[in-house]
Amino acid sequence: MALVTRHSRLVKEVRGTPVALDGATLVAYAMRQVRPDVVAAYPITPQTVITEAFSEFVANGEVETEFIQTESEHAALSACIGASAAGGRVQTATSGPGLALMWEVMYVASGNRLPIVMHLCARALSAPLNILCDHSDVMGIRDAGWVILLAETAQEAYDNAIQAVRIAEHPEVMLPVASVMDGFITTHGVERSEVLPDEAVAEFVGTYRAPYSILDVAHPVTVGPLDFHDFYFEHKRQQIEAMERAREVVCQVAEEYGTLTGRCYGAVEPYRMEDAEVATLVIGSVAGTLRTVVDDLRRQGIRAGMVKLRCFRPFPGRELAALLGGVGVVGILDRSISPGGAGHPLFTEVSSALCQRGCAPRMRSFVYGLGGRTPAPAQFRQAYGDLLADRQLGAEASAPVYLGLRE
Amino acid sequence: MAVILRELTTQPEGLAPGHGLCPGCSESVVVRQVLHALGKPAVVALATGCLEVSTTRFPYTSWQTSVVHNAFENAATTIGGAEAAYTAMVRRGAIQPRDVVFVVFAGDGATYDIGLQWLSGALERGHRFIYVCLNNEGYMNTGIQRSGATMLGTWTTTTPVGKLAPGKLTWRKDMTGIIASHHIPYVAQAAPHAWKDFMTKVQRAGSAEGPSFLNVLAPCNRGWRYEARNTMRVSQLAVETCLWPLYEVDHGTWKLDYRPRNKRPVTEWLQSQGRFAHLLRPENHAIVEEIQQRVDGEWEHLQQRCQE
Ligand SMILES: Cc1ncc(C[n+]2csc(CCOP(=O)(O)OP(=O)(O)O)c2C)c(N)n1
Ligand code: SF4
Ligand SMILES: [Mg+2]
Repeated sequence: MALVTRHSRLVKEVRGTPVALDGATLVAYAMRQVRPDVVAAYPITPQTVITEAFSEFVANGEVETEFIQTESEHAALSACIGASAAGGRVQTATSGPGLALMWEVMYVASGNRLPIVMHLCARALSAPLNILCDHSDVMGIRDAGWVILLAETAQEAYDNAIQAVRIAEHPEVMLPVASVMDGFITTHGVERSEVLPDEAVAEFVGTYRAPYSILDVAHPVTVGPLDFHDFYFEHKRQQIEAMERAREVVCQVAEEYGTLTGRCYGAVEPYRMEDAEVATLVIGSVAGTLRTVVDDLRRQGIRAGMVKLRCFRPFPGRELAALLGGVGVVGILDRSISPGGAGHPLFTEVSSALCQRGCAPRMRSFVYGLGGRTPAPAQFRQAYGDLLADRQLGAEASAPVYLGLRE
Repeated sequence: MAVILRELTTQPEGLAPGHGLCPGCSESVVVRQVLHALGKPAVVALATGCLEVSTTRFPYTSWQTSVVHNAFENAATTIGGAEAAYTAMVRRGAIQPRDVVFVVFAGDGATYDIGLQWLSGALERGHRFIYVCLNNEGYMNTGIQRSGATMLGTWTTTTPVGKLAPGKLTWRKDMTGIIASHHIPYVAQAAPHAWKDFMTKVQRAGSAEGPSFLNVLAPCNRGWRYEARNTMRVSQLAVETCLWPLYEVDHGTWKLDYRPRNKRPVTEWLQSQGRFAHLLRPENHAIVEEIQQRVDGEWEHLQQRCQE
């Protein structure tokens, strides 16, 4: 499929080369292809694969990147900030506790409008210590001012990694981007994917010209000043505006990428939603499992559907309202928690987005897969069952359901 | 490259007047000494602290040279990132090679305490930059709290003089020694009153082929409790009492740069500042003794090292 759009710079679909690789290696491959000036990273399971693979590219002269092997994740992002303020194309990668350690400087990156790209291999947060997948780390940065893309598959992680560069560096955006894939499931699972030729990627991402650089000594700049009550608020407002503009840019870049590769992505991806009377909303790798569950239910005559969210920031509230507003009952599947909150993170976002638009289907919160608990199809069949039962009841808001948990 | 005062007066200023540092503060003096000694464009990273907040108040900046402030602990890493980007961008032809120096200005809090790991990592990686520690022996920006550079018996707002405590209860870190143990090309201790010595050291640091570290005593009249006009006198007393010896470690060779003709007792230093006023009371005599002993011991040790 080749779409030609008015935004297209490339109208010819490029043939990819099939590979059997794990997601992390594939993302490292994409990092090599976008030719960053600087990569700074610190190993942490399950991201380590990326750091190791990239080290090999450097050791073999397959990239010209300056690879800074820092002594911590905080330092990795700190180095990225210096490199980006210097005008370089800059990337990092991390997981769970590494992201938590970066928290302070996540805001420094976005507040200074530095288009850094981070590859985030989602992992649970301690304690108890756990190296497996959930989205606690991702949700921890939801207010940090980063564009957040979430991949379902290794292919998507690769595709997002390339698009992330264009989104971040877009003059109307100039914000850092976190490109997320699920730890172990996507990072370590070997899948069939296609990689683009190096030249096609290079042409797609182009070269980055920073509007300001601290290296341009003929035009000195002060980056990261002290900013009080008199200007800070306006600067934050500008950040909000940039994130709003990113909505359009995420779609534009996806369209252009679709033209190039035949793989088209939106901010949301509906599955069998046309006539759905019961639906779920998910992020990340579990979407594939949900598709098979939806197919099973459809075979049983149940009009089930599913919506996958690919772009979490900026949050596609309008698109979700259009897709879910008319559905009888919707389940929102969280892989992270917000103890004591108005709801778990994704649930709060979705319900708020729908209510604001005056369309509030019955919604129910489900939590699954914390700390790597296997999300089995049976859990989601149960979820659809609960949703259908809810619908019969038409009752008051009901408590979250914890799927696959020993109560 | 000799430091000639007459020539320095005609150089452009890297730090403009009108900043918000306290009158009498030594930090602006140190910064100007560094920028003048280098005599070429600098790319500067600042750690959070007095200097940064007093010179970068949006929409103004006191800097005529490029600066980046990231956070409190990570200025060394930030400049390392900028240096790496420079290398990469020159290599791929995106920018022309430029005769620039990468410089960090960070307080003792940023250096001795919260940022030690970031600094250590950057030194190990070997980025080419000069790290200048503005050592005013405390967290001054946040209102005079103790740091790892604060000496035994010192009053600060977190080591107050109370019924049980006579100010800070522990000695200070040997930060210059810690950095020297990283075996980087150039490490030195300096003080602003000895401007020629300091500026020569800046030039040595600037021509080093890897990272360099300058631990500069930076008297703070506000936090040390002395009159603004005495900044240079206080700086000098620290050196004459051997509390702050001037020395350097050039490619592993230790060298004493100044030997007081007549080493002064530490009491002269203690008397010069209000933060030590309580130490002059008879009940705190033992603490003064201990300070003198420690200073003497460190001075002996340093002299030995410089003879080896
Ligand atoms: C992570 C973090 N912790 C604490 C602070 C608060 N803080 C800002 S500056 C500072 C002290 C600075 O002391 P120093 O580095 O010695 O510089 P000075 O102001 O004394 O020159 C502190 C504690 C901060 N900004 N960030
Ligand atoms: S508090 Fe001390 S270090 Fe800070 S500006 Fe004033 S004199 Fe300088
Ligand atoms: Mg200080």
